[in-house]
Parts: sequence; structure tokens; C-alpha cells
Amino acid sequence: MAVWLIPVIIAFVIAAGVYRKVNIYETLTDGAKEGLHTWIAIVPHLVIMMAAVAVFRASGAAAWLASLFAPVTSLFGIPSEVVPLAIIRPISGSATLAMLDQIMREFGADSYIAKLAAVMQGSTDTTLYVLAIYFGAAGIKKTGDALKIGLLADAAAFISAVFAVTWLL
Amino acid sequence: MVSAAFAFLLLSGFVFAAVNGTMADVNTALFQSMELSIQLALSLAGVILFWTGVMKTAEAAGLVRSLAAIVQPILRRLFPDIPHSHPVFGLIASNMAANFFGLGNAATPIGLRAMRELRQLNGDKDSASRSMITFLALNTAGVTLIPTTVIAIGLKHGATNPADIILPAFLATVLSACFAIVIDRHYARKRSG
Repeated sequence: MAVWLIPVIIAFVIAAGVYRKVNIYETLTDGAKEGLHTWIAIVPHLVIMMAAVAVFRASGAAAWLASLFAPVTSLFGIPSEVVPLAIIRPISGSATLAMLDQIMREFGADSYIAKLAAVMQGSTDTTLYVLAIYFGAAGIKKTGDALKIGLLADAAAFISAVFAVTWLL
Repeated sequence: MVSAAFAFLLLSGFVFAAVNGTMADVNTALFQSMELSIQLALSLAGVILFWTGVMKTAEAAGLVRSLAAIVQPILRRLFPDIPHSHPVFGLIASNMAANFFGLGNAATPIGLRAMRELRQLNGDKDSASRSMITFLALNTAGVTLIPTTVIAIGLKHGATNPADIILPAFLATVLSACFAIVIDRHYARKRSG
């Protein structure tokens, strides 16, 4: 089922473009060019954050932090190895991409831990960064309950991820 | 905040290595990371370029606009403080539709315009209004159709079927968005006493 999804979406977009008489080759390549700028903007963040994440992991600090949470996470059947990812996710998407990369290297891409980490990464956003940009642009100084709600929603996504991976994979 | 996260990861790692005697591993990992990060970046390059191209085409074919038109009536229920015919609904809907298609570059400027409009509607220019908090709750819950970078990382590490995370990720993101709406309502009711 999942293997059909991406081809179907791409086919649907291209068919809609042809039907609406869009110059699809131009929009595809223009979009790819925009993607290139996005990619260039990401690379420095990946290199810098990957170093910090590597030190954090190789030193044993990541495992120690995970072990602190293990009594709580084991109650819910969550592997504690994903705890550092859950904590950093709202702050830095590049750091958690690096963590996801390391988790897949260590446990294998088909492991439960890797799938869970992937779903956690894919179902949430960099909440603190988004709030900073949006409130900053609007000149809002008192942000009310926004942060609390955003972080609670992230926590809900992480818990949902556990159920979704258990049920659907 | 990102600086604090970076400093925490790096410094706690060094302190931990000093205490635990894992400094040699840390040295190796640090230098390996610089190569691994470029490998990771390269493995993401193709998917980011290609997918942005596809989604730009979706935008040009009017699909983002169609989705925005579908969500707009639902939005009126979520934002009771905004007058029904106000143009900011169009901006909020477009921002959500662009985010759904993974068009972050297109979504952000629209979203920032929506925030400025919401500020115009707000009596207090310094504090977040109920509508702003609702908008950002929806935005950060982040309903995305396909988490392409995550799929690319799975592929790089030899996942048998890297696309199989799409449905669970979609389910988790929809559940968290629903939860965000519920707690947003709860806090809004608490504020109004």
C-alpha cells in the first residue's frame, strides 16, 4: 500500500499539471532550483549539529540520559534510545536528523527503534524555531500559552508515533 | 535556544567523556561526524531537489489553492474571533496547504503575513491573541503529506521499504493536530475564565 503512495502522488501532480496546461518541465526544474537553495541552507546546520550529536553519543552521555528516562518509557513500551531525539526535536531539526542518522546506523533501518525515531521526526516540527520566527515577525512579546500548547502537541505526536508504529508496521 | 542545545550536547558530551574515559571514542566520533554529515547531506540533496520540483508543480497546477479552499470553511469554526469574511482566512488556509505539501519556503512568508493580519485584528499589539495561538498550534503540529528527508535517510541505511513510515507518520501528525486543537480550546476557555 505504502509503495503506491509516492508514485500515485507524483502521477496525480503531473497529470493535474498537464490537464491545467502548466509547463511542467519548467515548474519541476524551477522547483528543483529552489530545492537546491534550501539544501545549501541546510548543509552548514547538519555539519555543525552532527558534530555535537556525535560527541554526545560517543561519550555515553546519550545512553546515560536515555537510562534516566528508561523507568518511565518502559512503562509505555517506548525504547529509551529515542528520548534525546524527543527532547531536542522542538529546538533543532538538523540535530535530530543527525540523531536519526546515527540511530539507523546503530540499530539498523528496519529496527523498531529506527522506525519509531523516523516517525517521530516525520510527524513533528521545530516548534521553538517556528514560534520564534512567527511571533518575531509580528512583533509579539507576550506569547501566552503558545509554547505550552506546541510542546504538548509534540508530546502527543511522540506518543501517537508509538501506537502508529506498533499498529501499522 | 539552538545555541543552548548545541552547547548542551557538545559540552555534556566532553564532560561525560572526561569522567567515563571515553575521550578516544569522542575524538574518533567527532572527526567521523564531519565526513558522515556530508554523506548525510549528499543523500538528502536529490530528494529535496526533486520533491520541491514536484511540489512546485502541484502549486502551479492549482492543487495548493484547491486544498486551501477545502480547509477554509473548517477554519471559521476554529477561529471564532475572526470576522467571517476576513481575508486572513485565505492566508491561514494557504499556509496550511503549503505546509501539507512540504513547501516550507512558500508556507513561511504566507504564514508571517497571516500573523501580521492577526496582529491588526488584535487590540493588544504586544500579546498573542487567541487566534494567533490557535494558528501556531496548528502550524507546529505540522500536518505534512510525505516526510521525504526521513524516507531518504531510511533508504540510505538500507531500509527494506523506507516509504512504510508515511502512514504512521501521517496518523501521528493528524492525532497531534487534533490534540493541539483540543488543548488550545481548553486554554482559551481557561483564559476567558
